[in-house]
Amino acid sequence: MNARVHRCGERAVLVELDRLEEVVALYDALAAHPPPGIVELVPAARTLLVRFEPPAHHAAVESAVRAVRPAGNRRARDEQVVIPVAYDGEDLAEVARLTGLTEREVVAAHTGTPWTVAFCGFAPGFGYLVGGDPRLAVPRRPEARVRVPAGAVALAGEFSGIYPRESPGGWQLIGHTETVVWDITADPPALLRPGVTVRFTEVS
Amino acid sequence: MSGFERALVVLAPGPLTTVQDLGRRRHAHLGVGRSGAADRGALRLANRLLANPEDAACLEITLGGLRVRAAGDLLIALTGAPCPATVTDAGGRTRGIGHASVEHLPDGATLRLGVPSRGLRTYLAVRGGIDVPKVLGSRATDLLSGLGPERPAPGSVLPVGPAPAGFPVADLAPVPEPESGVLTLEVIPGPRDDWFGPEALAALCSAPYEVTGQSDRVGMRLRGPHLDRARDGELPSEGMVPGALQVPPTGQPTLFLADHPVTGGYPVIAVVRERDVDRAAQARPGQHIRFRMARDSAIR
Repeated sequence: MNARVHRCGERAVLVELDRLEEVVALYDALAAHPPPGIVELVPAARTLLVRFEPPAHHAAVESAVRAVRPAGNRRARDEQVVIPVAYDGEDLAEVARLTGLTEREVVAAHTGTPWTVAFCGFAPGFGYLVGGDPRLAVPRRPEARVRVPAGAVALAGEFSGIYPRESPGGWQLIGHTETVVWDITADPPALLRPGVTVRFTEVS
Repeated sequence: MSGFERALVVLAPGPLTTVQDLGRRRHAHLGVGRSGAADRGALRLANRLLANPEDAACLEITLGGLRVRAAGDLLIALTGAPCPATVTDAGGRTRGIGHASVEHLPDGATLRLGVPSRGLRTYLAVRGGIDVPKVLGSRATDLLSGLGPERPAPGSVLPVGPAPAGFPVADLAPVPEPESGVLTLEVIPGPRDDWFGPEALAALCSAPYEVTGQSDRVGMRLRGPHLDRARDGELPSEGMVPGALQVPPTGQPTLFLADHPVTGGYPVIAVVRERDVDRAAQARPGQHIRFRMARDSAIR
């Protein structure tokens, strides 16, 4: 694991890694056994932000991070969710064009393999899903939409995601689901937490 | 009288009033930001004056204008930006009250805040704390994600919690007023200073930046020396912290405050020191900020 550790102000370091899998492994290891003083972990595509409080300090946190020996594979959680999707998204035709697939093939690819939540971001409960069919990698839309409805199922880059609530958004919309992925009265409030496996199924 | 019957009744919220505490933790990995008071030191002080726990919920009042009426006898304290403040009791008698001091707000009395002459955000603490329901462990209002209590509006009733066991030990805290001229804030380079040309950090500290009107609890857009990028393109989004100076392609930095996004895709050239983030949160649009490198002793 080739980790570059950057200072991020007085109370955080940003650990940069080469691959998402390394981020996930480091996050899992630190979340399972947090070193003293570490109060918050924010995993993202290539980085893990580690926030700490005194008496912990940069050098100690950096050593603790470098001492971690992540387990080889993310231990599959028992948690698997099935998400029924109506594939009627506004960008389905565009995704077909971008990928060279037919619309039916896009649906088959999206439902064909399980996805895993790598990390959350953008909005509370917005999980970045990875591990799907690589043919579905598409760029974001050239311009973001001002309003994407809650439950919209979307693609961007190597990721798939579900908008937890109505918000602006630049991802390609391929469908929608009635499944609630964010509920502040639930514990935990997010359905799509790092490590959860997701399988999409088509509803007509 | 039971604690439940004590409350603040909002008559007018002013331009922007929110309920804040020290924010939510433990949910960052679900994409939930910390939020909480923009000037954390001011909220802590208001609570300490009343012997509340430091993280009790208060009102954060932007540019004054708040009017509230007490239901039940209350003890209050105002900190942060000093506003002209008066209390009119149920009999119609009006008196001025002090800043950063313990004050009595009797049952039926009305507290009125004018516009602060310096600073931006005033904190109103009440002994017992504002006792609206917690959302994900906190009463902070996150204006970016929409989490937390509703924004107080005319007619809102904000229940006050039971008084803590301890009693106030000081009537008054001698605190400096927010600065009205150029603020000097210390920064620590990185995490992405390598995305900029070698002269960019010097440019950041070369001349003051103006706080623009496009500033809120999420962040302050600044106008000043251009920061040249040495690399094009976007970063894969990465975790952000309060005080981060994020630089979009315009070359003009945004200083992130309490409701900053959990992750962002533009490089952060430097991060403002924690104590200086509180001072930044009191800077008004039109005011100027000068950045200065923190000495190495500040960074262990």
